[in-house]
Amino acid sequence: MMEPGLYHILFISAALFFIGIYGFFTRRNLITMLMSTELILNSVNLNFIAFNKYLWPGKMDGLFFTVFVIAIAAAEAAVGIAIIINLYRSHQSIDVASAEDLKY
Amino acid sequence: MNELLLLMKNELMVTAIIFLLLFIKVGKGMSNDRLLPLVQTLLLANLVLGCFFNQEGSLFGNMYHTTPLIALQKSILGLGVYLISLVCSDWLKKTEHLAEFFLLMLSALLGMYLLISGGNLLIFYLSLELATIPVAAMANFDLDKKRSSEGAMKLILSSAFSSGILLFGISLIYGITGTISFSELPQLADGSSLFIMAFIFLFSALAFKLSIVPFHLWTADVYEGAPVPVTAFLSVVSKGAVAFVLMTVLYKVFQPIESTWYLLVVILSVASMLIGNLFAVRQQNIKRFLAFSSIAQVGFILVGVSSGDIGSSTAVVYFVLVYLFSNLAAFGVATVIAAYSGKENINDYKGLYQTNPFLSWVMALALFSLAGIPPTAGFFGKLFLLTAGGSKGSYIYLLIAALNMIISLYYYLRVVRAMFMDKNETPVPAIQTGASAKLGLIICGIGIVLTGMMGWIYDYIQSLH
Repeated sequence: MMEPGLYHILFISAALFFIGIYGFFTRRNLITMLMSTELILNSVNLNFIAFNKYLWPGKMDGLFFTVFVIAIAAAEAAVGIAIIINLYRSHQSIDVASAEDLKY
Repeated sequence: MNELLLLMKNELMVTAIIFLLLFIKVGKGMSNDRLLPLVQTLLLANLVLGCFFNQEGSLFGNMYHTTPLIALQKSILGLGVYLISLVCSDWLKKTEHLAEFFLLMLSALLGMYLLISGGNLLIFYLSLELATIPVAAMANFDLDKKRSSEGAMKLILSSAFSSGILLFGISLIYGITGTISFSELPQLADGSSLFIMAFIFLFSALAFKLSIVPFHLWTADVYEGAPVPVTAFLSVVSKGAVAFVLMTVLYKVFQPIESTWYLLVVILSVASMLIGNLFAVRQQNIKRFLAFSSIAQVGFILVGVSSGDIGSSTAVVYFVLVYLFSNLAAFGVATVIAAYSGKENINDYKGLYQTNPFLSWVMALALFSLAGIPPTAGFFGKLFLLTAGGSKGSYIYLLIAALNMIISLYYYLRVVRAMFMDKNETPVPAIQTGASAKLGLIICGIGIVLTGMMGWIYDYIQSLH
């Protein structure tokens, strides 16, 4: 059984990052778009922890950063969902296509 | 302890105001007529406090760093918030949740103060989020308006996305260098392709906040949907803060790869000026119009940022001060008219001079300053920006910037023409502007005229470096 190295984890986190970006651009549901940004943030967390473990074990900055990213992601999701709920009240839908009063 | 109080006085003062508002809100509450003057007085006190006892120093192991120049930048942002509380007072008095509005706005201001002073990528990220998330909540402040929630949705989604990109860049930088401290990064930066990619990720997140051209798509929608005071805050205070921190990041942290970012800044600024100007020409809504004009103005700020010496950072700070007065005057007039008549289209401004000469003159002065016509401060601001940008000798770049100033004259003067020369059967009725809104507009007008005349302001900013 091969021990997973830095490159394996970086591959996963890069894949997660681009899946998040792809989801953000293709999904039409606001909640799913918010979830895609969470995927991006989680890929960043993986990156930080992998760099901390394999490259800079003496410097704990990466680990601290992860804790803060998780906290801020929760705050961002809270405000985002509050706004989406308010949007649902006025538009009766959480589809991006329903919110298109503002253009050009 | 004493040092902490002295160096962090701006942040502590804003925090104190936030807590005071929180206690007022949780306790008995206060009517808007009493709360608004209280907040205005406290903001003025914050502004005055920022002018004294400024010294250089750092705290918390270089995580927090301040100099007299940074203190001046904070005072400029504080001035912006104070003027918003004055010029938008007609709208603010009518809102149901005044205390919450200022809670959110001051939290964002606190985030911007920490952003400018941060000496570490962790503080940089945290304060950037603190400066963004409350603004998204503020954009949704007209709870029953469809457009307001649509604008807020666009703002929170694009800022969540951009902060994800920023974090990916930061994680790569940590992986390459093993540090997130601004003071250690320049020595460890190796200029490898991976480092440049990390820089581009980080830069694009800042470009999102500044609404530089390929990242500007949220700007006009959010500006149109949000209430006018929030739009004013977004376009003046939050842009100013990010412009200041952009200079710190480029000049200090990414100094080793200067040739790379110079090219990037030049290309993006040309794109911002061109697209901002061309789209501003066809706008009908005054807020969308000001949104595209602010995109073009950011292009000019980037011209100043590009050269990277003392002259350029002086010019940018000076221009942000001028831009603050001019843009707040324009938004102030737009708020007064929107609060009393609900009209926001440029066509509704036709014949405004017959009924509201004071408002028309302030608006005309602001638009002249934004266009950069000589006696106003906007001319000197743009002159210094272009001079700073020219210090690297790329004259074609300056020529493009100068040509863009000519295009911008067309659409700024279109509004002036509508107000002064066009006939209208049913102009906006005469408006009794409130006393504090009038005071704010007069301060902005004096600022537009005098900042350009008084050369010592520029010299003073330069002496702080």
